[in-house]
Amino acid sequence: MLRDITLGQYYQTESVIHRLDPRVKLAGTVIYIISLFCFHHVWGYLCAALFLFAVVKLSKVPFKFMIKGMRSILFLLLITVVFNLFLTPGETVLTIWKLHITKEGIRIAVFMVIRLTMLIIGSSLMTLTTTPNNLTDGMEKAMRPLRLFHLPVHEIAMIMSIALRFIPILMEETDKIMKAQIARGADFESGNIFKKAKAMVPLLVPLFISAFRRANDLAMAMEARCYRGGEGRTKMKPLVYKKRDAAAYLLLFTFLAGSIVVDRIPNMIAKTPAEEQAVMTERVLTETCAESDDLHVEAQAIIYKIK
Amino acid sequence: MSIIKTDKLVFEYIRRDEDGNVEGITRAVDEVTLKIKQGDFIAILGHNGSGKSTLAKHMNAILCPTEGSIWVDGRDTREESEVWNIRQTAGMVFQNPDNQIIGQVVEEDVGFGPENMGVPTAEIWERVEESLKAVGMYKFRKYSPNKLSGGQKQRVSIAGVLAMHPKCIVLDEPTAMLDPNGRKEVIRAVRALNDVENVTVILITHYMEEIIHADKVFVMDKGRIAMQGTPREIFSKVEELKELRLDVPQVTLLAYELQKKGIALPDGILSIEELTDEIVKYSRKEGR
Amino acid sequence: MPIILDHVSHVYGDDTTLAVKALDDISLVIPDGQFIGLIGHTGSGKSTLVQHLNGLLRATSGNIYFNGQDIDDEDFHKKELRSKVGLVFQYPEHQLFEVDVFSDVCFGPKNLGLSKKETELLAYEALKKVGLPDECFYQSPFDLSGGQKRRVAIAGVLAMKPQVLILDEPTAGLDPKGREEILGQICKLKEASNITVILVSHSMEDVAEYVERILVMNQGRIMYDDVPKEVFKHYKELEEVGLAAPQVTYIMHNLKEAGLRVDENATTIKEAAQEIYRVLTERTRTL
Repeated sequence: MLRDITLGQYYQTESVIHRLDPRVKLAGTVIYIISLFCFHHVWGYLCAALFLFAVVKLSKVPFKFMIKGMRSILFLLLITVVFNLFLTPGETVLTIWKLHITKEGIRIAVFMVIRLTMLIIGSSLMTLTTTPNNLTDGMEKAMRPLRLFHLPVHEIAMIMSIALRFIPILMEETDKIMKAQIARGADFESGNIFKKAKAMVPLLVPLFISAFRRANDLAMAMEARCYRGGEGRTKMKPLVYKKRDAAAYLLLFTFLAGSIVVDRIPNMIAKTPAEEQAVMTERVLTETCAESDDLHVEAQAIIYKIK
Repeated sequence: MSIIKTDKLVFEYIRRDEDGNVEGITRAVDEVTLKIKQGDFIAILGHNGSGKSTLAKHMNAILCPTEGSIWVDGRDTREESEVWNIRQTAGMVFQNPDNQIIGQVVEEDVGFGPENMGVPTAEIWERVEESLKAVGMYKFRKYSPNKLSGGQKQRVSIAGVLAMHPKCIVLDEPTAMLDPNGRKEVIRAVRALNDVENVTVILITHYMEEIIHADKVFVMDKGRIAMQGTPREIFSKVEELKELRLDVPQVTLLAYELQKKGIALPDGILSIEELTDEIVKYSRKEGR
Repeated sequence: MPIILDHVSHVYGDDTTLAVKALDDISLVIPDGQFIGLIGHTGSGKSTLVQHLNGLLRATSGNIYFNGQDIDDEDFHKKELRSKVGLVFQYPEHQLFEVDVFSDVCFGPKNLGLSKKETELLAYEALKKVGLPDECFYQSPFDLSGGQKRRVAIAGVLAMKPQVLILDEPTAGLDPKGREEILGQICKLKEASNITVILVSHSMEDVAEYVERILVMNQGRIMYDDVPKEVFKHYKELEEVGLAAPQVTYIMHNLKEAGLRVDENATTIKEAAQEIYRVLTERTRTL
């Protein structure tokens, strides 16, 4: 049953985003992530959010699948917030016991949350709309120039796709060996960490042996089918840019340029840095705290203080 | 001309201890001389460790002879420059279905061989389609190999070899890990290949039922060819086969038991129908 | 200690849309000391069933009683059950991991918390029972031949002194002689210690000669549960679900149809040969 799991998290449906060349999606994700770290103002993030929303809509992937990816980093997110909130030096706003919350801390924490959330949603959108296979193909071709530096691009891509094929098989195998050892009285659950580590030996030794045997068999099978590296190889499904890919690239760069320009607007309007910052903080805080009335009031108080 | 020819082929495994010193030498293949005709269905039988798999790996230039020689379609496998031509001429299917499928989608796996050979894209698609149709797996072309049964996976592997347009396919115990249904599926596909596409088939197995349709059978033991002949000739030597750690189908064994009891039946009976007919014939004859 | 299954069902992936019913309402009694063949093709649920017998899988519904106790009860010792019901998986040699054969066989009894002396005694006994030559005891298990590795793996379970021994496809991947040897060894072991043995297989021919009861599984249900002779009478139905009765069964039925008065219930070659010989010679004598 373990074999039925889909790796990565590809969501099968028909959409423009699904049909895009994987290289476009790779480039898009990279540009999008870079843009997230270039913004200094709410405007930039607003642009990025609008862009993201549009792409999500186009991809026809239900929003709850995006949120799924968030669950795993919730803890990381929390830590980031706490650290930034308490450890950023600056003007103290609130003191809880010995910890000081600073104005700069709040600003950075809020930005961090927005950045990370949008980053995760953005990159999971790529894995949701691209099959792992397609992705490795895209990476192979996109990284081609690196061959000039003697980087074995084709080999890396091949390793990745073989790993993707064998992970479910090895997972099933792990399950089988585990059961067999439990049937011989092995205990993988109880005991402290050292005992648990020791209990893994009867699982890991057979697993490694099997993995090596499989690798050996596979290498032989590949050689028997004339595999000799990337040289002189043709592709069954070569990646060819289509019109929609060109359009996508155009949109992507428009987004990048546009959002950076929009992000700079407050700079042009605001007179003094202090004023600008107050405006900024207000926006950020009202936006993020809008859901909670209590916090909203608190935020207003803070803003009042700053002013 | 013969597709595969060996002349006093010897292969030795050198066992080394942890320091790399030679611990011993095992002669896996011992002076094997044989000729295989283009278009034949050949079976190679033998118990585990009889050297049959080692011999098979020579036909694909995966192993090189220690002594003697082997020619595949007239090419000497020791010629470094011929290796890829040889592998294209003689394709190979292995035992474990999971460990020889490279692609994550059936059709991509079948395309792997042609891709390696540098076949143009459009032609790869044609080859993949016809190979998958030849083994009856065309409707599964978009499937992940992980969702197929053992027999289906082996058929995909056969298609993968077929797409390279080989003159000869070597199957190294393709059914050893399958259940009876999977075994039947694979053997049916292999026979069709031989009958319809006229590909030379070399089937290595220890299941006797699978060799009944072979044109010629070689039985290996201790690296040597112990017996050779048509299936009927081979099956008529029940005692010798047992000595070689092999068994014969129940039908043949039953006929043999009856012969021992003094009932005159012909040697080497292979199928249920044949035995029934012979017994009925015998009873009528005796009855008269 | 009998095992009783009372309306046991098992569903994989219950919480997903892809739920698969692997066991469907199975009721079964496995009394002490029986030699049972469990037959079914891949995916019939036979592997799922045996994993229930030693508590590796939990029934989705229904109860399993071992020696009168419900194995899913809170106070039931699962670990003890696993030593009493020994399960040897398919390709068991893939689970060997110790540096030498003897330590590997010791793994099971050691896990039961027995003393070193007891452990070693049990391991020695088990290795003797599977017929492994003494000189192999201190070799690395990875240096042994396929058949020997399998013996070691079986000994690894036997060393826990199970009262029920379940073997999942013990002959898979072995050559004919190796198959015969392993089955012969299991038979000897059964006679010597009078434990319950369950042979799981997809081949009727392999088990017909040895077992006293055959369970045929199909689509998660028990299709037939009877002595071999009775089960093979349904050879046509068996063929429909992808299982073949031994060739002998077909021959006997064909002969009967052709007008020979043979007893079509012969299942082994020996019985069949005798039966055909009897009929053939009788005819010549009477006429």
